[in-house]
Amino acid sequence: MGAAIGRNQDATDRSSDRSLRIEHLHKEYRAGEPVLRDVSLTVEGRGLTAIIGPSGTGKSTLVRCINRLVEPTSGEILFRGQDMVRLSGRELRAARRRIGMIFQEYNLVERLSVIENVLCGRLGYVPVWRAWLRRFPDADIERAFELLDAVGLGDLATQRADQLSGGQRQRVGIARALMQEPDLLLADEPTSSLDPKTSVEIMELIARRASASSIPALVNIHNVELARRYADRIIGMSKGSIVFDGPPQALEDSHLLAIYGGEGWLE
Amino acid sequence: MTATSAGGPRQWHRFSLTERIMRSAFYLMALIAIVWSLRSIEIIPEFLYDAPQQTFDLFARMWPIDWAWYPKVVHAALLETLHIATLGTVLAVLIASLVALLVARNITRSAVLNGIGRFILVATRSVHAVVWALFFVAVFGPGALAGTFAIAVHSIGFTGKFLSEAIEEVKSGPIEALTAAGAPPLAILLKGYWPQVKPAFLAIAMFRWDINVRESAVLGLVGGGGLGMALDTAMSNLYWDQAGLVLFVIFAIVIVVEIVTAWIRGRII
Amino acid sequence: MSDTSLSARPQRLAFPPNWPARIGLTALALYVLYASTVVDITWARFLTGLEQGSRFLSRMFPPNTAADKLALLYTGMSESLQIAIIATAVGVLLSLPLGLAAARNLAPAPLAWASRGLIVAFRTFHPVIVAILFVKAVGFGALAGMLALVVASLGFLSKLIAEAVEEMSMKQVEAVRATGASFLAVVIMAVLPQVMARFIGFSAYQLDSNLRNSALVGLVGGGGIGATLFTAFQRFDYDFVLTIVLAIIGIVMVGEIVSGFMRRLFQ
Repeated sequence: MGAAIGRNQDATDRSSDRSLRIEHLHKEYRAGEPVLRDVSLTVEGRGLTAIIGPSGTGKSTLVRCINRLVEPTSGEILFRGQDMVRLSGRELRAARRRIGMIFQEYNLVERLSVIENVLCGRLGYVPVWRAWLRRFPDADIERAFELLDAVGLGDLATQRADQLSGGQRQRVGIARALMQEPDLLLADEPTSSLDPKTSVEIMELIARRASASSIPALVNIHNVELARRYADRIIGMSKGSIVFDGPPQALEDSHLLAIYGGEGWLE
Repeated sequence: MTATSAGGPRQWHRFSLTERIMRSAFYLMALIAIVWSLRSIEIIPEFLYDAPQQTFDLFARMWPIDWAWYPKVVHAALLETLHIATLGTVLAVLIASLVALLVARNITRSAVLNGIGRFILVATRSVHAVVWALFFVAVFGPGALAGTFAIAVHSIGFTGKFLSEAIEEVKSGPIEALTAAGAPPLAILLKGYWPQVKPAFLAIAMFRWDINVRESAVLGLVGGGGLGMALDTAMSNLYWDQAGLVLFVIFAIVIVVEIVTAWIRGRII
Repeated sequence: MSDTSLSARPQRLAFPPNWPARIGLTALALYVLYASTVVDITWARFLTGLEQGSRFLSRMFPPNTAADKLALLYTGMSESLQIAIIATAVGVLLSLPLGLAAARNLAPAPLAWASRGLIVAFRTFHPVIVAILFVKAVGFGALAGMLALVVASLGFLSKLIAEAVEEMSMKQVEAVRATGASFLAVVIMAVLPQVMARFIGFSAYQLDSNLRNSALVGLVGGGGIGATLFTAFQRFDYDFVLTIVLAIIGIVMVGEIVSGFMRRLFQ
């Protein structure tokens, strides 16, 4: 009985641990021209949240503020009980390793092999000398191979990253992010550099893996159809503010008009 | 790179066994070489303790710099150095182009000629400009003529090597097209190879000129003319303030040349 | 199309003259003529020189291989070799941190500018001049020569490393940073793979350069074969001069083979 209570406690702790609460996030790259205006947002539990909106509306900035690749001008980003904005040094690194990120242009280290790229996901956890001598623990190597199998690249482990196609590279990027055993998955336009068929495969992979690991995924995407198909929740942004927040079924043309403006692109 | 997927946990090694052996062997040899060198090198401790004081003494004697000496001797020496550097580079580039054509395997097929060209390049490059200057001073007498030839001959090595590499890296497409059209060899050279080699050619020439200014400044120490001779005179007479002036001028001209080459590179390449 | 418009149209040239290039070349040619007169390069002097030169060459052959001379050669060359080896090793080791510190995209601005200033100072003066200064500071002998070559190596290698780092892709660095890796780990896994190939090439070149320069610093008291060479010239021992020069060429050629081997092993 005590054990059951304990396990419940664990479950709630874990889910609250994984919640992301953004409060009044404000970002100006140039003074007087805010890119993010007072954005507040909570992401909880499992599920894929898609952020849609036209270019320049702050989607990418929002996602990158979460792991501090971009410095917010003001606001709070609460993750695992800590305000990301206030962290620095070792604490920031410790927080970052719990957030896996997938990039639009894959951002793999081209000259390293596929498996070395995946193992980069462990850099937040292992001492530096292991990176230098490439002597990662056996458990890490085994897990890297498992992840590569899971993303369908099992026999390409020793290929150099620059010999892969775009879709394959993005799979490596996903494996790298998952290698961190993160509590949150961020993706900044993961399909923008891929052809339509590969885009679907990648979104499928992200949705499935996030769900399998029971972690929330926050995906910045400009393809509305893909968002509708894979997201459990859609957030629409326009000019730095959130103008829509709801399930894909609730997304109507009027909302899309508010987000993207102009009727031209609606069929 | 190996990855074994036998029964147990999968392994990954960054380097294959042979690669690891070779790398370890190299590290070992390098270590042996370094240890041998360290043990054999003579370091007299008293000199080491003295060092800060000696350095301070040196700089104290250089200050204040004898600016008055500039118009008398140093200015002419500076110009002479620049002439030596420029003429030497021009001469070197001309000769090096010919040697580079000899060495480039896609232009000269004969291995013997390649070898001869390569030997010329290695020989001219291994012997430092100062040593060439010693030789040419003995032949031509002290002065800028010896210096110019010293710079020219020494530069052939580098310029030729880089030029030959640039020629060998030329894309075969345009060459094939010209050959197929029946163009004579000289035309292929001018219109097929030259346009592709030109950016590298200019970059190499500029780079070499930059280095040659530095080298020319030193040749005078053995009689090759230019600022080196002024420096030598000042040091022999122990006029450290004059020596300081020459060093300052060398510093200034090197900076100016760097800026000029960067500007030209920005405009042309 | 009427006739008048055809003749009225200005002639279109297929190969318009490249005026900047033409002007540049003419200026250069004029300069060469001018400078030759200033430097007193006349045909007469050149011919006399050729005559002298051939007399020299005959005095140089055959190279002197007397036992005492060879002993001198051996001591001198070994010392030069030792100077070159240590200077290259120290230079290669120190140039990496200095080069990274001078990269404006990696190091904070004040550090980058200070490092660049240091590198410029190291590069300005010829190793021979630096050797003169070190001889004054630490006395005659191999130490002065070695320090002079370390300075030269640092000046050359650090500059090239800094340039290579500034040209690298920051996206790869960003991705590794996002995994929570420490600065050192980011350098090892994202920066070094991008610049290592070129660094190896530069180091090989520097070894070659140091082998050549080590034969030189002896001229001003820095130890090695330089002093022996200078003495031979002054004593008109031209056949010994040839022996020394051949030995230097030989060492440089061996150095080239070692460099080539090193390049193939590590790139």
